[in-house]
Amino acid sequence: MEVPYTDTNRPDTGLYNAKVGIWLFLASEVMLFGALFSAYILLRVGAMPGHWPTGLLDVGPGFVNTLVLILSSVTVVMAWASLKLNDFKKFKFYQGITVICALLFVVIKSFEYKSKFTHHDVILKDGMRVDGHLVEETDEFIVLSHPVSYPAEKGIGHRPIAIKEAEDHAHEAGGDHHHEDRKIMLDDIEKRTTWGPWANTYLAIYFTLTGLHALHVIAGALVIAYFWGPGSKMWKTHPDQFANRIEVSGLFWHFVDLVWIFLFPILYLL
Amino acid sequence: MSGHSPEEIKKSIRSYMMVFGVLIVGTIVTVLASFVDFGSSTANIIVALIIATFKASCVALIFMHLNAEKKTIYMTLGFTWFFFLGLMVLTIWASEDKPNYTVAPNDTPAVMAAPSEPAAH
Repeated sequence: MEVPYTDTNRPDTGLYNAKVGIWLFLASEVMLFGALFSAYILLRVGAMPGHWPTGLLDVGPGFVNTLVLILSSVTVVMAWASLKLNDFKKFKFYQGITVICALLFVVIKSFEYKSKFTHHDVILKDGMRVDGHLVEETDEFIVLSHPVSYPAEKGIGHRPIAIKEAEDHAHEAGGDHHHEDRKIMLDDIEKRTTWGPWANTYLAIYFTLTGLHALHVIAGALVIAYFWGPGSKMWKTHPDQFANRIEVSGLFWHFVDLVWIFLFPILYLL
Repeated sequence: MSGHSPEEIKKSIRSYMMVFGVLIVGTIVTVLASFVDFGSSTANIIVALIIATFKASCVALIFMHLNAEKKTIYMTLGFTWFFFLGLMVLTIWASEDKPNYTVAPNDTPAVMAAPSEPAAH
């Protein structure tokens, strides 16, 4: 039995079936991410004044990833347009760039995740809090690079102020505090954790939102890579159906880009 | 998309390139605006969301061809938009009845006194 309306439009909807299907799927995706955005809002407004963490993420990688996804959105729609212009070579070229962009996005994201999992947050017995990247660990002490120190009672929301104060102090002294590693004896530590999703609710929602988004990137990249590679044989036998498949996968990819357009400012900048 | 003739596609390609430029500029503006103090964190959030909404609209209208779609798609998205807005209105409404001290565990004295988690490796 053949699937109907793969390359012709249904009389009642005026659309081929896959297009109706992808839009219904995207509608459910809007509600999925909407629910998580809702959770983000409630967590944020529920934080004690001045305690919501800011500046925990590097803007640079997030900015580059935004540009990468924008570029991939253009190439995916250009790939579809190339098929409509009967230019299969250009389709292969643009869709190849889309796959490379998707891989680049995932690689950059994985480096970001790694830097968070190696960033240690330490509460000392004297009431101070220190965080930095772990560079050495023995049975007696740990060494953190680029340490940031501030009273624990002020909460992680105070971190940007502590960085600013340390920079001003170092500037007055003519040095650079960021290059001084800090050695901490294990006996002095009250509590230690890394900046994983367990560290606080900001990082929990950050990993949930970006992790779910990254899964969408990977899934979309697999589909696009299939149509770029073995799946492209269909162009010779069913060109219209193949172009429709590219349009549908493209709609999914644009949605992935669209979600990131909101994730970038709320997680990295605000 | 309504028209798929080569002429219409070529015309669309010009729109795609324009939107590409708008999205790049929009992203740069988003980053620059985050360094500007608009008076309160709420104002900064509103500015960032306005820019993001504008960029998202460009993607939806031009790249996803929502500027010229069939009624079935608009109906589907109309329902989606209704429920999404409802979700956000309920969220903002409920924010007065919010859970407190949500940043824990290291940020409230009460939780700091609780038993420590195992050290990370």
